[in-house]
Amino acid sequence: MQFLLAEGARIGISLIGVIGLVSINALFLIWMERKVSAHIQLRPGPMEVGFHGALQTIADALKLIGKELITPEDADKLIYLLAPIVMFLPVLVSFIVIPFSPTLLIRDLNVGILLIFAFSTMAVLAILMAGWSSNNKYSLLGAIRSVAQTIAYEIPLLITAMSVIIMVGSLKLTDIVAYQATVWNVLFQPLAFILFIICGTAETNRAPFDIPEAESELVAGFHTEYSGMRFAIFFLAEYTNMFIVSAVATVLFLGGWRGPILPPLVWFLLKVYAIIFLMMWFRWTFPRLRFDQLITLGWKILIPLSLANLILTALAIKIF
Amino acid sequence: MTAFIKDTLIGFWSLLAGLGVTIRYFVKPIVTVQYPREKLTMSPRYRGHTEFIIDPETGSHLCNACENCARTCPSNVISVTGVKVAGTKKKRAVTYVLDYSLCSLCGLCVEVCPTKALKFSDEYRLAGFSRQDMIIDVIARLQAQQRALGLPEEVPPVPEAEEAKTEETKGGEGES
Amino acid sequence: MMLEKGIEEKTFYLNLGPQHPATHGVLRVVLEMDGEFIANSEPIIGYGHRAHEKMAELRTYQQYLPNMGRVDYLHALAYNQCYCMAVEKLTGIQVPERAEFIRVITSELNRISSHLLWFGAYLLDLGAFTPFLYCFDDREHILDLLDRITGSRLTYCFYRFGGVPVDVDEEFIAGTRAFISRLRSRWNDYDTLVTKNVIFINRTRDVGIMTPEQALKYGVTGPNLRGSGIPYDIRKSEPFSVYPLFDFEIPLGERGDVLDRYVVRLQEMEQSLRIIEQALDKLPEGPIMAEKVPKRLKPPEGEVYTAVETARGEFGIYLVSKGDVKPYRLKLRVPCFSNLSVMPELFQDVMVADAVAILGSLDLVIPDIDR
Ligand code: SF4
Ligand code: SF4
Repeated sequence: MQFLLAEGARIGISLIGVIGLVSINALFLIWMERKVSAHIQLRPGPMEVGFHGALQTIADALKLIGKELITPEDADKLIYLLAPIVMFLPVLVSFIVIPFSPTLLIRDLNVGILLIFAFSTMAVLAILMAGWSSNNKYSLLGAIRSVAQTIAYEIPLLITAMSVIIMVGSLKLTDIVAYQATVWNVLFQPLAFILFIICGTAETNRAPFDIPEAESELVAGFHTEYSGMRFAIFFLAEYTNMFIVSAVATVLFLGGWRGPILPPLVWFLLKVYAIIFLMMWFRWTFPRLRFDQLITLGWKILIPLSLANLILTALAIKIF
Repeated sequence: MTAFIKDTLIGFWSLLAGLGVTIRYFVKPIVTVQYPREKLTMSPRYRGHTEFIIDPETGSHLCNACENCARTCPSNVISVTGVKVAGTKKKRAVTYVLDYSLCSLCGLCVEVCPTKALKFSDEYRLAGFSRQDMIIDVIARLQAQQRALGLPEEVPPVPEAEEAKTEETKGGEGES
Repeated sequence: MMLEKGIEEKTFYLNLGPQHPATHGVLRVVLEMDGEFIANSEPIIGYGHRAHEKMAELRTYQQYLPNMGRVDYLHALAYNQCYCMAVEKLTGIQVPERAEFIRVITSELNRISSHLLWFGAYLLDLGAFTPFLYCFDDREHILDLLDRITGSRLTYCFYRFGGVPVDVDEEFIAGTRAFISRLRSRWNDYDTLVTKNVIFINRTRDVGIMTPEQALKYGVTGPNLRGSGIPYDIRKSEPFSVYPLFDFEIPLGERGDVLDRYVVRLQEMEQSLRIIEQALDKLPEGPIMAEKVPKRLKPPEGEVYTAVETARGEFGIYLVSKGDVKPYRLKLRVPCFSNLSVMPELFQDVMVADAVAILGSLDLVIPDIDR
């Protein structure tokens, strides 16, 4: 009984914490994205609401809440409503295992990294649901593209993660961080790091891989028909996804919370946001790939490279 | 195979070079203007709607209501009425109204005016809530400017009692 | 729908436009899709029809001037010039040389601004947002320069029969020279950011190949034609104004694909810079307006055809006068109409993503098509 109560309280607190973190993170990231893009493009970005536009996102969120929720006439209503939720829930689950600092983590599961990858793949299902149920040809095309390209980046993503895992010999995220006590993995695995960032960008459906939403081609892709808060949830999920992918990259390659002087949590967040900045930098520099080109890139370059990297890592472990 | 690897490497390098360009611009100062807080001055020849030139000698406008501008205007923007001023042979404008929503800012009215009475204003904040907001009374505008300059206000002549002959021409059609 | 009925069960129709981010205007293209591939396509035009040709018959020659800035608003000055040339030819007005030089300088500046806008918007079509703002930064300098002498920033109505109404000043000349060196210093960034970018090359190389035969068949002109390797530029082949005095080249493509059309436009900007530079150097003194241009223009009976090279190709005016104050008939030969008509051939069996790339590469200005 005591155990159940304690566990219940723990879950409750974590859930509130996670949802708080997700919202604040999204608010910050959207503001950051605007500022980064603005400065890359020689303009100041939002300046009016709050200090340097810091509260702009809140104003936008309020606007979105006030908007009418539109459900297209011939939409498959149930699936249409479920899609944003399916998009968002797995993102929340992934937070369970992310080690923010030695003490700040919800559950140190044995299969931590596996759990994250398993749940992040569900995003594709949500995109398919959204695109299929909207009864809009642009949405459908976006959804189909998203499904078609999944394998192209998921496999190399897993294989690169694997090369780290066989080095460490554990799926537990805390173990992986512990392993990097002296040297970060990125020094052993520079290629894997680059591949992971590329695949991670594709995983979050961001430019140059924003093929399912491809604004100039498919209007808004799979979420063309969504409005108001439902649209906001897709938006929220995108930014939270970015956070998770960057957090995983931090844990796998950049030594997690480790770092001198500053407290562990600060180090962790610094590294995560640095990777996020990198992804934003990509988005505001590159044109978009065509979706068959992404598949070609995946199969012809990323998968062979990641496999070669895996084999090399295995050999190196065997020899040393 | 080697060609493929070479292409891949060149491609990768081109992406890095692109990133180099954007980060260079990232740290450059911004070039835009925060509009309502900062304003640019309009260039000397900026074409806003037309207005009367204030003649330094008379301190008022020079329009003699010849309606050349109204007739030349391609978009029927201008309505002028004028009357003969008592004692002289000249006419003088009583009303001069622009329907700015139709104006194409071509400049023909300014060029065609025989007395060089018109010029372009540097007014650019011309948004309004209704079409009525786009109707600009040029004489009222002139009076406001005269007030601001401390000049005596323009008093449009009143038509003479017996033969109040007011001509109104709504551009374009006059020419045929 | 007049499209051929395909295998009905397998294909579906997709409306690209009239409100779609990639059509940059109210163009509607009905695509018959086989999955992501386009089986058939048909452009539907006319949403922006404003009856410019009919308007000419109802207005005096002067009154029609502002219309010319609004057919193709991106290269308004070339249209202005063409119309003025037509009327001048009809009436035999001689334009003073200085006025011709000013026309060439401003029109070439306008051409660069048009190409810059295209460059940005095209990259936007391909999903890169940033180059758009970089070239808008450059374009803004041109607009400032043109604003200085023409008074407007987009729909210019500047040239008059017999010359130009306003002379250029020292500040304009200095500003133009500064702009030339500024733009030249930017080519490197544009190349690194876009032209050499591997994603960009993959998106454009061998996409939407327009063979020279196709181009000729549909009467394609301008950079689209030159991208297919045919050296036809009215500034060279039927020189007008003072273009023969300048030394410039016509950039040509080899394969006729999207990348070639892109490269041709970029190089054309450099050539325009060269023309402007030479024109500024040689700018003669003298009047800017022909003497004795009657206020009420009444050209003699007759008909003329004049053509200029705009940023999008050959723009021609066929003007018939019956000795009245209004034109009897005025026909506009607009480049975009022909350039659009080749589109269904290029759209054959390409993906939607490529279709957007091809549509953008044709550099269509929709009001120009509809006019
Ligand atoms: S042309 Fe000049 S003088 Fe004649 S009515 Fe117009 S503004 Fe007045
Ligand atoms: S600028 Fe042109 S359209 Fe405007 S009032 Fe003058 S003549 Fe008419």
